[in-house]
Amino acid sequence: MSTGLAPASETPPRIVYPGSADPNAPRPVTPTGIPHRGGPENPSAAAIRAQFPDAVRRVDVVWGETTVVVAGDKVLEIVRWLHDQPLHLYTYLSDVTAVEFRDPEEPIAVVWHLRSLAYRRFLRLKAEIPPGAPLEADSVWPVFKGADWLERECYDMFGIRFRGHPDLRRILMWEQYLEGFPLRKDFPLRGRFSRAEQLRQALAANPEARYSMEELSIADAFEDLPPSMRARLKGGEKTGE
Amino acid sequence: MGLTTRPAGGTGTVVSYEPQSSEGWVATKLDFLVNWGRANSLWPMPFGTACCAIEFMATAASKFDLARFGMERMSFSPRQADVLICAGRVPFKLAPIIRRIWQQMPQPKWCISMGACASSGGMFDNYAVVQGIDTIIPVDVYVPGCPPRPEGLLYGIRMLQEKVMRERMSNTARLRREMEPDPTSRLFIPPPAIDELSEPFGNSVNQTRSAL
Repeated sequence: MSTGLAPASETPPRIVYPGSADPNAPRPVTPTGIPHRGGPENPSAAAIRAQFPDAVRRVDVVWGETTVVVAGDKVLEIVRWLHDQPLHLYTYLSDVTAVEFRDPEEPIAVVWHLRSLAYRRFLRLKAEIPPGAPLEADSVWPVFKGADWLERECYDMFGIRFRGHPDLRRILMWEQYLEGFPLRKDFPLRGRFSRAEQLRQALAANPEARYSMEELSIADAFEDLPPSMRARLKGGEKTGE
Repeated sequence: MGLTTRPAGGTGTVVSYEPQSSEGWVATKLDFLVNWGRANSLWPMPFGTACCAIEFMATAASKFDLARFGMERMSFSPRQADVLICAGRVPFKLAPIIRRIWQQMPQPKWCISMGACASSGGMFDNYAVVQGIDTIIPVDVYVPGCPPRPEGLLYGIRMLQEKVMRERMSNTARLRREMEPDPTSRLFIPPPAIDELSEPFGNSVNQTRSAL
């Protein structure tokens, strides 16, 4: 994967932030008087608007944090651009999650939390899924490998399918879970099945079958293992017993 | 004790059953002796999933000192454990695992459900949490609290010790036969084979490896 680092002429000047190790750095100050709505927005928001004028729906600033609501099909492009641009360098993906509103016009939105360690910026990207549309979003896994489990959790809890995810399956609930997606608004708190049925299904699971071959990364490397180890794994190693 | 030899000078060593003096005699039941031994060396298998496990650690640490009751030996293998202490909430995903752990423990075995969540699901009356581990495994002592203080857990342990002291070996209904081994599993070994392979084991008639 290309880091996208630009030639030296585009490299930005070194910035001395408050509280950094530089002897000339000013003392860090806790920001005060931040308005609930409005205030200075993250400079990356204007850059996104300039770069992708059609994709940006609106920009909100709430308690000093900037949210850019973008078109769902442009998310991967925008995230890759933010990650690669030397003037932004959003190299850390904090979270991928979703929000469901009790609002028929705006039922559900997928949220990406991005952080630029180099510039000390925080940016929230949101993609609203229109009513009636399939619950799908672009996976940012090609840019951030750490999005793998975050998107699996989002799929597990909200049922949002991420296009391009390498291995989209449940992560918190077990894979045979049949009751739906627990964080959706229409999901009853105690689940859909009776307690007895829930317990019966849970106890029917085989504790040894918990870990898939993919999860243990054995499947790919199986042929490279020494023959004795291969034989042991093929016969079903009695692990944990 | 009561078995003494005649003083030297006699014809060989003859065992006498006559009490020679009033001291050195213990009259007891075998039940009492076995139960006394068991109750004072319960080896706990800690199954800690939440904040109750922190209180359990405090109970086991120096200030409250579980070792005073013969439980200083934490058994992190269920094969060598006597009492399962389930401390914390158990989600449905852990239900087959705690059941497997319980089935792996040899007889005789006991279970303490520590805290509100393990006993009843507590405040987690939701889609993910088992509503009391007694829906999965039998429980001997429920310790209330959220989480229980170490004194509470010690009181529960003393209650369990009293329960063990009242057990009778002649009462075979006491044996836990709820285990349902799955012969299709790769891990299945027939109980007679387990007993044959593992003998000798233990010092009582009920203590077999197969737990049957």
